[in-house]
Amino acid sequence: MNENSWMPLFILLSSLVPGLIIFTLSEKQRALRTTLNMAGATIKLLLIGVLIWGVLNGNVYETRIPLLPDMYLELHADALSVLFAGLSTVLWFLTTIYAIGYLEGSSNRSRFFGFFSLCVTATIGISMAGNMITFLMFYELLTLTTYPLVVHRGTSQALRAGNIYLAFTVSGGALLLLAVAWLRTIAGPLHFTETGLLSVYGQDYRIELITIFAMMIIGLGVKAALVPLHAWLPKAMVAPAPVSALLHAVAVVKAGAFGIVRVVYDVYGVNFALELGVLYPLALMAALTIIYGSLQALVQNDLKRLLAYSTVSQVSYIALGTAIAGPVATIGGLVHLVHQGLMKITLFFCAGNFAETLGIHKVSEMNGLGRRMPWTMAAFSLGALGMIGVPPLAGFISKWYLGSGAMVNGQLWVVVVLVLSTVLNAAYFLPVLYRAWFLPQEGPWPEEHSQLHGSRLETHWMLLIPPLVTAALTLGVGLFANSSISPLGWVRLITFREYGL
Amino acid sequence: MSLILTVPWMAWSILLPLGGAVATFLSRRYASRLTLLFGMATAVCVGALGWQLALKGPQRHHIGGWQVPVGIDLYADGLAVLMLAVTALVGLLISFYATAYFPKAGQEETGDQNVASSVYFWPLWLFLWGALNALFLSADLFNIYVTLELLGLSAVALSGLSGKAEALSAAMRYLFVSMIGSLSYLLGVALLYNMYGVLDLGLLASEVRPGPTSQAALALITVGLALKTALFPFHFWLPPAHANAPAPVSALLSALVVKASFYLLLRLWLGVFPTVINTTAVDLLGFLGALAIIWGSIQAFRQRRLKLLVAYSTVAQLGYLFLVFPLVLRGGDFTAWGGSAYLAVSHAFAKASIFLASGIIMHVAGHDRIDELAGIGQRLPVTMFALALAGVSLLGLPPSGGFIAKWMLLNAALITGQWWLVAVIILGGLLAAGYVFRMLAHSFTPATWISFEQPVARRMEWSAFALAAVAIALGLVAEPPLTLLQSSTSFAGPGLREMIP
Amino acid sequence: MSNAHLYMLGGVCLFTLGTYALLTKTQLLRKILAANVMGSGVFLVLIAGAYRSPSGLPDPVPHAMVLTGIVVAISMTALALVLLGRMVPGSRKGDKE
Repeated sequence: MNENSWMPLFILLSSLVPGLIIFTLSEKQRALRTTLNMAGATIKLLLIGVLIWGVLNGNVYETRIPLLPDMYLELHADALSVLFAGLSTVLWFLTTIYAIGYLEGSSNRSRFFGFFSLCVTATIGISMAGNMITFLMFYELLTLTTYPLVVHRGTSQALRAGNIYLAFTVSGGALLLLAVAWLRTIAGPLHFTETGLLSVYGQDYRIELITIFAMMIIGLGVKAALVPLHAWLPKAMVAPAPVSALLHAVAVVKAGAFGIVRVVYDVYGVNFALELGVLYPLALMAALTIIYGSLQALVQNDLKRLLAYSTVSQVSYIALGTAIAGPVATIGGLVHLVHQGLMKITLFFCAGNFAETLGIHKVSEMNGLGRRMPWTMAAFSLGALGMIGVPPLAGFISKWYLGSGAMVNGQLWVVVVLVLSTVLNAAYFLPVLYRAWFLPQEGPWPEEHSQLHGSRLETHWMLLIPPLVTAALTLGVGLFANSSISPLGWVRLITFREYGL
Repeated sequence: MSLILTVPWMAWSILLPLGGAVATFLSRRYASRLTLLFGMATAVCVGALGWQLALKGPQRHHIGGWQVPVGIDLYADGLAVLMLAVTALVGLLISFYATAYFPKAGQEETGDQNVASSVYFWPLWLFLWGALNALFLSADLFNIYVTLELLGLSAVALSGLSGKAEALSAAMRYLFVSMIGSLSYLLGVALLYNMYGVLDLGLLASEVRPGPTSQAALALITVGLALKTALFPFHFWLPPAHANAPAPVSALLSALVVKASFYLLLRLWLGVFPTVINTTAVDLLGFLGALAIIWGSIQAFRQRRLKLLVAYSTVAQLGYLFLVFPLVLRGGDFTAWGGSAYLAVSHAFAKASIFLASGIIMHVAGHDRIDELAGIGQRLPVTMFALALAGVSLLGLPPSGGFIAKWMLLNAALITGQWWLVAVIILGGLLAAGYVFRMLAHSFTPATWISFEQPVARRMEWSAFALAAVAIALGLVAEPPLTLLQSSTSFAGPGLREMIP
Repeated sequence: MSNAHLYMLGGVCLFTLGTYALLTKTQLLRKILAANVMGSGVFLVLIAGAYRSPSGLPDPVPHAMVLTGIVVAISMTALALVLLGRMVPGSRKGDKE
């Protein structure tokens, strides 16, 4: 083992170890808990930086731990892993700051931050899994570690949401487990391979491979919230805002989408998947989800539920880009993994600020909010406009590539879906922005938190900084999309490798 | 060095607990400390035996120097040593827990109802330990009968220890079941002896021929052992017996005692009688195992009392073990029987932990009615954590010993193309999720006006936690125990007779 | 059919009879007795087997087994009786209740 083979393990441990220590702390040890959290997040950020540099220079980072005589826990950092790991790490860092501010003074914080760190560990494990079995293990671990966060408040509503969450994710996990085990008996250890590894089995196992693909997509589709497997996501919004922000905008749904990307590109191989004819149904499912999610978002009054349905819709761009199967569309899908994450977390942070500062939970209560909380509302607006796809924001880049990719492949119906979805995005986001900026305030705010009076800021600084940073990033990744270290540049690198170009 | 290799550690690992039983009976004042002392000494013997095994391969010991067929042999291979080691580790942790659970001999005047139990717990438990070790090491049909009876005697006495009416009637029922089981086994042995004139397992394996007598004898032996292992539909005695015993006893019964008779079934079916068994018989056992999984899980979910839920979960988990027979017969090989043995091991740790944790909850709350335990998670975080970790292993989710075991079984079912077993394994996991999360329902509910003020010794909580941690660790370091299993025994296919005593 | 076979058959009958009684009788004392009948049946089968040794001399091993079996059966019966005594309050001498 050289230092490169330790690297993925260290990255995992940088959130696992603080998480485990935090569990043992008492509620009162606030300073120590905060230090551990921030230290873990900072170390992980630094390690990921080193990793990105290394992967750019062609270094191989791989950790292998034997589990069974013929089974390895394999952590492997390729360009695709780095994309997801980098996103999760940056957003974990920001969300940790946000969560510390948000949960100030509430109970069970040690438990919360402990599980929060474990979730991040599972997400990073998913991103760096080097084979399907390792992926599966972290995928299940993510289910287990997010459940306590969903039910964190312990109310009967939270417990019910938790049960629904479990029913969906455990069943999905079981299906994925079966599919992976079955595929392993056909194709061996399932080491992720750029351009895929199953095409040699196409002759003998055609039916089996199609069935397994369907099972895997359903298993992963639960977390990626593909319709009709999405019902848990809006319910899970009972969780505290940082959880909704990181886990339901980024970690959990992205884990599902990322899994779909892995299965299509690195297990089946995109060309082989096309040949099997399994991508077209996936594209249809994704398109259906995009439209359905937007339509649902249109009728929501609860802000977090609106955002949840918007997530349902937007995450499927990733699956759509994957399923259209052409290099350009792939770029659009993969880059949306990052872009959607940045935009959606901004929106959730802002929604949390509204709720925490003024008690605003509903869209109808947002009149005049732009004057009361201009900074937060500005960040919110950037996120929302990005979601709609206004240039030069992040969402525009994704949609542009998706649309061009569909055109290249001659799938005009996808363009129709994109246009329709953009119209719907505008239809549910613009009224919110209009209310906040242009309508006058109606009566007092629902529940204004007095301890924030006297501060020059509109809300606690720990709640304000993270959305401003992510909003700036939303703008930045759009403006500087052509730079080689932007998400788009990185995704191009991945795409060239996946297609063997 | 040479000393370690020549000492008959096998004999000592039986004699020490029996000696300890006498000692603790005579010196009640120091009973708990003596138990720990003798327990640790036994564990050292088992460790030394393991070393012997690693250096010299499977070990054989002629009791009193008499050779077979007149003498009686002890035989230690990987499977036996693994069971001894599990017994030692689980046993020591339960003993440690029990030192705080049972009041000290000096405090008898307090009038606590546990006092009577405490006096007899220690000698009976060491007696049980000796019987278990003897059973795992016996290579002689009749000697096995004796160890079965010793085991039954001590287990029944322990289960009736509390002296409460339900416990006594459960113990009585357990006693009758145990008697029928042993006598049925003995009748089988008598038939075999009349036919072949040998009792040594190795000699019998080389002489046994298919035929009505052999089949009848095997049927009698199997029914006897299946009764003792509580295979569906012979499970009726288990829930009341396990649920009404004091917590350390429940843990011992569910973790270790039921495994002993299963261990014999595994040895006899796969090691001694492979030429006698046929597909109908193995399918019947597999089918009953499948029914046990489904029935046990459903019943577990329906229980209102925590300990009954846990006891029914034992019924379900034991069902998994019986899937080994159809799996091995159709070529499942080590993946099948290794997985089954590993499940027995990880279930031992997980279930012991759960019963100990339930004992703590009962102690603190004064009852174990699940619906009335709101807020218990706030009061007993460590216990709840133990319960959750052990629950993960029961669910068969990674990372846990239960995952590795079920993964192996699932693979064996897929390799041998037995789809109904695949379905049962997956379904069993989903049903387990139902009862495990019911068990954990109150981990997150906020504390209510009902206060759980009863103080609880820290070592009780940490013993339960340590057992759960081992169940998890078995999922991360599976290779050493599996190598131990694999290297020294081979149940695989037709060649397996050579490897058996 | 030899004598040995007859005894063996008798033993199996006793065993079956005992099992039947143990399963159907509701009184615990009868159940305990039934278990003992079952045991005797098994012992009979074992002893009958000893008779068939090819050398003409009885095989000593079954005798050893039966002796051990009897000891075990007695202990089991004793335990059963103790449990029975505990279940019926006031039935034991010097009962504290």
